[in-house]
Amino acid sequence: MVGTAMPPQSQFEVARARFKKNAFGTPVATAISIVVFTGLAYVLWNFLNWAVFQAVWSKENVDMCDAHSGGACWSVIDARYRLILFGTYPFDEQWRSITAAIVIVLTVIASCFPAMWQAKRLSLLWVAGFVGYYLLMEGSLIGFERVTTDGWGGLSLTLFLFAAVVLLGMPMGLGFALMRRSEMPVVRWFAVIFIDTLRSLPLVTTLFTAAVVVPLFLPDWLVGDKIWRVIVGFALFFAAYQAEVFRGGFQAIPKGQLEAGKALGINYWSIMGRIILPQVFRHALPSTINMVVVTFKETAIVTIIGFFDILASGKVAFGAPEWSPYYIEVFFFVAAIYWVFIFSLGQYGEYLKRRMALASH
Amino acid sequence: MATAQELRAKAKQRQIMIQSALIVFSLTILWVAVSNAQSNLTRLNMTSGFAFLDRGTGWDYSFSLIDRDINDRYSYTLFVGFLNTVFVGFICIVTTTFFGFIIGTLRDAQHPALRFAANVYVQIFRNIPLILQAVFLYALLIHLGGPRQAISIADVAFLSGRGMMLPGLNISATVAISLVLASILFGIVLLCTKITMWRGLLVWCCGSVLVALVVALIVKPAGESVFSVPVLQGLRFQGGINLPIELLAMILSITLYGSAYIAEIVRGGLNQVPRGLVEAGQALGLTRMSIWTRIKVPMALRSIIPPLGNQWIFMMKATTIGIAIGFSDLFYITVTSISQSGQTLELIMLLMLTFLAINYAIALFTNWLNTRMKLKEN
Repeated sequence: MVGTAMPPQSQFEVARARFKKNAFGTPVATAISIVVFTGLAYVLWNFLNWAVFQAVWSKENVDMCDAHSGGACWSVIDARYRLILFGTYPFDEQWRSITAAIVIVLTVIASCFPAMWQAKRLSLLWVAGFVGYYLLMEGSLIGFERVTTDGWGGLSLTLFLFAAVVLLGMPMGLGFALMRRSEMPVVRWFAVIFIDTLRSLPLVTTLFTAAVVVPLFLPDWLVGDKIWRVIVGFALFFAAYQAEVFRGGFQAIPKGQLEAGKALGINYWSIMGRIILPQVFRHALPSTINMVVVTFKETAIVTIIGFFDILASGKVAFGAPEWSPYYIEVFFFVAAIYWVFIFSLGQYGEYLKRRMALASH
Repeated sequence: MATAQELRAKAKQRQIMIQSALIVFSLTILWVAVSNAQSNLTRLNMTSGFAFLDRGTGWDYSFSLIDRDINDRYSYTLFVGFLNTVFVGFICIVTTTFFGFIIGTLRDAQHPALRFAANVYVQIFRNIPLILQAVFLYALLIHLGGPRQAISIADVAFLSGRGMMLPGLNISATVAISLVLASILFGIVLLCTKITMWRGLLVWCCGSVLVALVVALIVKPAGESVFSVPVLQGLRFQGGINLPIELLAMILSITLYGSAYIAEIVRGGLNQVPRGLVEAGQALGLTRMSIWTRIKVPMALRSIIPPLGNQWIFMMKATTIGIAIGFSDLFYITVTSISQSGQTLELIMLLMLTFLAINYAIALFTNWLNTRMKLKEN
């Protein structure tokens, strides 16, 4: 038997060989590698130098910030992080705000596990997470001091808006998608007009309308708190986009399945609930994650209509004269928080997309 | 047992019931809303109608492409806002598409360093909210020193806390706007002809620049040069084009953010080009550049254009963040008009209709582009 003397190459070695060939195979490639990697290293070094090595960390040493201006002055974060994270929430109750924020984060993390991917479990989880958040933040129902929504702010408010919009918008999106596929022309056109109009308008217009214009149309007893109107407006916006995502999922299901169900005499809701929708959800999952990521990012818009979200509270944090020179540090801090959330959710979406691409082969 | 016919009639009946219920429901909501609005408006002593459009505004705003005055009528001021939105949106559409194609191509490159650098860019700028980037950039720009401490770029362009001074042609704003419109028209005419993509782009760029130069030569004031270069005189710059920092922050932030998105779209499109086509090009001995311009991009465009159109629409809508940094786009002007005149319903309606019209126009254009680019089989 003629055996091969060469051991099978490991995946790592293959990758290394390919890297070597592509990055240093020709003189031009080598030159590009040197220029690009040196440039990146230079930028990274300067950033680290500013952000870490030369930085001042504690609020006690704030006078050192002026002395050597070569580094970041994280003192501003040390002194004002509570304002940025919790807004104007009462100081002694801020543990509630952070617990509530953790509840939302845990809800999001929990819904990333495939074991949770059933409509019933997911809706239960999100309703539970949302109710938990509300009880903790509002407080009066479980025996703490009452804090009205005006007092909510910072990161907690951003997470709240996000969770509320996704929780409300998801079923509405499904409703719109079903209406859009309806056999009844009036229902279908109703959905089409609604979806297309909402999708054509900038989000901030929708939110502004919900905050300022809608009260003109409502009787006094229905006006309610501004935050709820804005959440409903935002959820409608989310639903309009999510309906299109679901539509993509519906298109992947062969029409024969619906017809087979009908031929067997199964009623509409059972066909949908037991045959079509489980598959639609699977197909629409990567795009849905994408929508969720976009929604998290878009919550920053509420600062325009006067909510105290993390961007607005960050601006207030460097609003005081003694901290105003350190606005860059505050912006970096807020941007880093957004980035961590959005990047991790986005990477998870990419992972799912790859996984499902593999499964369909 | 009911017969099939009876069942069908029953289903029909139910459908009619549901649809009439929906119509009645919508009309009721509409009626309640309108009657509420009427009673609320009378209570607040407001008159509805569009008569206010002829009144003077009496307030000022940050940026206008055309001449403006504090006593302009509302209709004129709103038109200025509309122009600003379209102007910023259009510039951003051009810049993001340009940089998006470059970064997207780098994302698809064979060289790992280029791929890595492009990936870093995309991951940073796509994952931070646009409005945060805009506010951050605006804060950075506003903290730059005055014109005396301006950062000089080759002594022809200057960046300071008052804005960016760029060298430009020595022409008035009206002439400049007409030139831009003519250039767009020229582009559309070129798209209608059978010219190939890259040659068309070349003809369009060179033609536009040539025409602009010739026009500038003709209309320039006697005794002055064709170009107007900014020069520091005392405490301010003379000549050149001034981009105020609000405008600069808008353009830069939307470009940074949008390019990352378009780069992903372009990468997706390039990825979908069948490997066999690229290999066929290599077998024919085409250079990498030719493979990119003649095989990959034309093939990829078919899957790129529909999402690209959506991104263009997004760019137009994204101009509404102007209000966060004080740029007078249409939304900013509308909101200020609402707080000054109280004509909430009319103004919001105008705003919505305008955005519907803009989006519809872009959608029409991309659909048309899509059919033009479609692979012609047979």
